Amino acid sequence: MSYSPLFLSLKIATIATIIVFLLGVLSARIISRRIFPGKSIVESVLLLPLVLPPTVVGFGLLYLFGVNGPIGHWLLLLFDYKVVFTWVAAVIAAIVVSFPLMYQSASAAFQNYDPNVENAALTMGASKFKVFFTISLPLAWPGLLAGLVLTFARALGEFGATLMIAGNIPGVTSTIPLAIYSAVEAGRMEQAYTWVIVIIALGFSSVLWLNWWTKRNVMSFKQNS
Amino acid sequence: MLTVDIKKKLKAFQLDAGFTMNNEIVVLFGPSGSGKTTTLNCLSGLSHPDEGSIQLRGRTLFSKKQKPVPVQKRNIGYVFQDYALFPHMTVRNNILYGAKSMEEVDQLVDTLGISHLLEEYPRNISGGEKQRVALARAFATKPELLLLDEPFSSLDENVKKECHNELLRLHKKWGIPVILVTHDQAEANKLADRVIEMEQGRVLE
Repeated sequence: MSYSPLFLSLKIATIATIIVFLLGVLSARIISRRIFPGKSIVESVLLLPLVLPPTVVGFGLLYLFGVNGPIGHWLLLLFDYKVVFTWVAAVIAAIVVSFPLMYQSASAAFQNYDPNVENAALTMGASKFKVFFTISLPLAWPGLLAGLVLTFARALGEFGATLMIAGNIPGVTSTIPLAIYSAVEAGRMEQAYTWVIVIIALGFSSVLWLNWWTKRNVMSFKQNS
Repeated sequence: MLTVDIKKKLKAFQLDAGFTMNNEIVVLFGPSGSGKTTTLNCLSGLSHPDEGSIQLRGRTLFSKKQKPVPVQKRNIGYVFQDYALFPHMTVRNNILYGAKSMEEVDQLVDTLGISHLLEEYPRNISGGEKQRVALARAFATKPELLLLDEPFSSLDENVKKECHNELLRLHKKWGIPVILVTHDQAEANKLADRVIEMEQGRVLE
């Protein structure tokens, strides 16, 4: 049995999580506190991948990134690069399906403290940059961390959209969920059991760690405040 | 000297505030939702009026013709209603956040009698203490104008009295213009060199 599904899964989920974290935090910070016309439409679009079947998301991505699609066409033309059925496509699928979880967590996290603490920092002469890194980020951190763990878990478990846009190519795009599917299809139950246990262990330990970390660090400054 | 003449459209009415003040304590007095906090926000630069002008010590902070001076460059101290202390920082770090000079912070902390609280987190100190820390934090930036938004409203009656006297004492010592927002008539009469009454965004004098 090859270990490649484990490494592939970790690689794809890690890269996707980093990108989703940055995008999610940035967009939530920009959008969540503002009131503008069409805000609920923008937020609904951002959360859409959460409610759509992953196959529909995969279908949409296939349309966009396929060699004849609006993005895929230009990638081929400018960089001579075909993204469909590569591990990069699996990263894209993981990004799109897990983004809503990060956005929601981050959006809630940035609304979870008194906005006047940021205003106070501004009146004290701090730049917006300084305020973000010394006030907003530390105060939102518990919620952002929860979003980070959810994102990673979702990216790790991504199946439907990945299958549509990246396929199930052993050693290239066959992550653990896809490997489980192939193993069951081929009747290799032992292999399926192994991967199921691995993915349960990964999911369980990340949630366990999050709970432990939250109890230890967040409660300290949230109490009585 | 501070000269204010601003107009801003709000949801229910138009804010139209104009006044001039020196190094005195001016109390903006009026019912909730009469535009007092909006006036403070316009002065501090957290929001901007639609038209008019704001001048502080000869500096134009806002006028229709030019870009408004950003909030960071105004050098105006602002004490918020719930103090808005940074919950994840000790009292010391709260005060040092915008401080211009360390030696003066020591003196400030002594004056306000909060030197024993420096290593505490805001959640562990009382309302009156929070209020002093918020004052110290605003003052550490050496502001040219101090804005206080209902700073005593959440304090017990006896603590409130103590804080009133403290403010009067500090004002004498620091000699900068102070604008205090309140809807408490007794407080207004006690603290103000001048009371500006506001209703529905308008100044009744």
